[in-house]
Amino acid sequence: MQDNATYAVDIRSAVKRFGSFTALDRVSLSIRDNEFFTLLGPSGCGKTTLLRLIAGFEDVTEGEILLFGEEIETLPPHQRPVNTVFQNYALFPKMTVEENVMFGVEMRGARRSEARRRAGEMLELVRLERFAGRRPAQLSGGQQQRVALARALAPQPKVLLLDEPLSALDLKLRKAMQMELKSIQRETGITFIFVTHDQEEALTMSDRIAVMSEGRVQQMGEAREIYERPHNMFVADFIGDTNLLDVTVDRIEDGRAICHIGGGHVLTCDAVDGIGAGAQVHMSIRPERLVLSDEALGAESLAGTVVDNVFIGTDIQSMIQLENGPRFAVRTSNSDRGARRIFAPGAQAFVNAEPGAARLLID
Amino acid sequence: MAAGRNDIRTYRGFGTVTYLCLFILYAPLIVVAVYSFNASRSITIWEGVSLAWYRDVFTGPESAKFKQAAINSFSIAAIAATLSTMIALSAATALVRGGRFGLRTLSFGLISLPLMVPEIVTAVATLIFFSAIGFTRGYLTILAAHIAFCIPFAYMPISARMQGIEESYEQAAMDLYATRGQAFRRVLLPMMMPGIVSGFLLAFIISLDDFIITNFVKGAGVETLPTAIFGAVKQGIRPNIMAISTMLLAVSILMVTISYFVSKSDDAR
Ligand SMILES: Nc1ncnc2c1ncn2[C@@H]1O[C@H](COP(=O)(O)OP(=O)(O)OP(=O)(O)O)[C@@H](O)[C@H]1O
Ligand SMILES: [Mg+2]
Repeated sequence: MQDNATYAVDIRSAVKRFGSFTALDRVSLSIRDNEFFTLLGPSGCGKTTLLRLIAGFEDVTEGEILLFGEEIETLPPHQRPVNTVFQNYALFPKMTVEENVMFGVEMRGARRSEARRRAGEMLELVRLERFAGRRPAQLSGGQQQRVALARALAPQPKVLLLDEPLSALDLKLRKAMQMELKSIQRETGITFIFVTHDQEEALTMSDRIAVMSEGRVQQMGEAREIYERPHNMFVADFIGDTNLLDVTVDRIEDGRAICHIGGGHVLTCDAVDGIGAGAQVHMSIRPERLVLSDEALGAESLAGTVVDNVFIGTDIQSMIQLENGPRFAVRTSNSDRGARRIFAPGAQAFVNAEPGAARLLID
Repeated sequence: MAAGRNDIRTYRGFGTVTYLCLFILYAPLIVVAVYSFNASRSITIWEGVSLAWYRDVFTGPESAKFKQAAINSFSIAAIAATLSTMIALSAATALVRGGRFGLRTLSFGLISLPLMVPEIVTAVATLIFFSAIGFTRGYLTILAAHIAFCIPFAYMPISARMQGIEESYEQAAMDLYATRGQAFRRVLLPMMMPGIVSGFLLAFIISLDDFIITNFVKGAGVETLPTAIFGAVKQGIRPNIMAISTMLLAVSILMVTISYFVSKSDDAR
C-alpha cells in the first residue's frame, strides 16, 4: 500500500463529456511515481482525452485529478510539471531540431547556453546529435519521433505523457524504440504514461496497464495479471488470442466451478465471486495453455478432430473440433516440437488444459 | 494528365474564347506599356523608342503634382496596409483561436461583408460619415478610409493561413511552459508569416490602387496617384500618363511576385 501523496497522478472518478457524449466515464487510476504505466484500448476509447486532462488542455466535467497529491484543476498547462509527446509530434516547423529541444528548457527560465547544453545531452540520448541543425521537415518519421521525445524530456518533467508515439514506425524501428523508451524511463526515473492500442507493445513495456474501452477502465494491473487473469470478455478478447466459450455452470464445489461447455464436455476452473450454479457465462482459455495428446491424459481431456494447422512464425496453431461441442485453437511453440507432436488434419486428438488455464469471465 | 476525350481543350470554340479573353485583358495593358516608350507626342503614332515620357514624369511641368501624389499614395498604402494587417491579425486570432463564442459567425460575416458591398456605396457612406462627424476632408480621411476597407483584404489570407495551422503546435508550446503570449509569438507567428505578408501586400496594392472611395473622401488639393491620373486624363491623354501607369503596373507585378515567392518558399517547411 502506498499513501496518497506518493502517487504521481491520481485520477478520481473523472468524467469528461463533450456535449451529450461521454468520452470518459468515472475513470479512477492511481499511477505511481517512477512507473511505466500504459493506457491500452481501441481507437476512440478516450486515451488521448485522458492525457489531455492530465496535461491541462481539457477540464474534467466531474471528478478530480491530483498531481503528487495536489489538486491541479486550476493550473494552466504551462504551470504543470508534465510534458507530452503528441500523437502527431507537433514539432515546431520554423525551428531547428536543437531549437525545438531547447524551447521547454528556455521557457522554464534557463539561460540560452544552459538550454543549448541540455539540448545537446538530450539529442545524444536519442542519438540525433548530427541532426541538430536541421528542420523537422528534413527528418524521417522515426527521427521526428525521437526529437519529440527529446523535446519533452529536456525540461525534466515529473511526468511524461506519450500518445501513441511509436504508431508511425515500421516494426523493426518500433521494437528498437520500445527498448530505448524503456531504458530511458529506467535511467531518468520519470513517470511515463504511455498510450497505445497495440496490446503486444503494452505487454512488453509496461509495469502496469489500464485496459480501456468506451471511456471506461475495464481492468488495471500488471501485464502478466491482465494477460493471465482477464476480468471480463472485453479484456480477454482484446489482450492476446483466446478461446472464448459459452458455458453453463453446473455446480460449485470447494471453490471450483464445474462447467458444461457443450456436447456433453465438462471443464473445471476456479470459481469467481458472483457466478453461481446455473449461470450462463463465458470462459477464456489461452491457446498456448492447451496441450494436444493422442490419449486421454486425465478426466477432463476433451476428445476431438484436428481440422487445420496454421504456421504463425514461432508457433503452430491447430484448430480442434470437439464432437458436438466447441472448437479450440491450440498453440504449440515450434521450439517444443521435439516434445510435442503436431497432429495432421483429420487425426483424432485430445485437448488438455493446463491447471489454471481456464478462467470464468464476469460479463 | 493525358488529354482524354472529355478534356476541356477538345471542346469546340474553347480555344477561341480563351484567346479572346486573354486579348481583352492584356492587349490594353501591353499597348499602354509599349507606347509609354514612344518618342512621339501622339498616343497612336509610333516614332521610335525613347525614355522621354519617363523623364517628363520626373522633371516635366506636371512632375511636382505627380511627385506629391506618389508620396501620398505610397505613404497611405504603407500605413494603411500595416495597420489593417495588425487589426486583421488580431481579428483572425480572436475568431480562429478564440474558441466558440456566440457572435463568432456574425463577426466573420461582418469582417468579410465589405468585399461584397459595391464600392460606390461604401464610398458614399464613408463620405456621409465624415461629414456627419465634421471631419475635414484631406490626407487623414483618405488614410482612415483606406485602413477600414483594407481590413477584409488583409484578413482573408491571414485567417486562411491560421485555419490551416493545427492548434497542437501552440498546445505543444504551452505544454513546454510557454504562456499563451509566448506560444503566440515564438511558435504561431513565425508559422503565420506567409499569410501575414500576403495580407499586407494585398492591402498595400488595394490601397495604392483605390480610386472610387479615395475620390469621394479626399479633400480639395490632396491627390493620390489614381486621382491625379484621372484628373490629368480629363484634360486629354498625354503619353506621360502611360509612363506613370506602366510604373504602377510594375509595382503591382512586383508585389504579386513577392507574395508568390513568400508562399512558395513556405512549401518547403
Ligand atoms: N473535442 C471533442 N469534441 C467532441 N468529441 C470529442 C472531442 N475529443 C474527443 N472526442 C470524442 O471522444 C472519444 C475519445 O477520443 P480520444 O481522442 O480520446 O480517443 P483515443 O482513444 O485517443 O483514440 P485513438 O486511438 O484513435 O487516438 C472519441 O469518440 C472522440 O470522437
Ligand atoms: Mg488518441
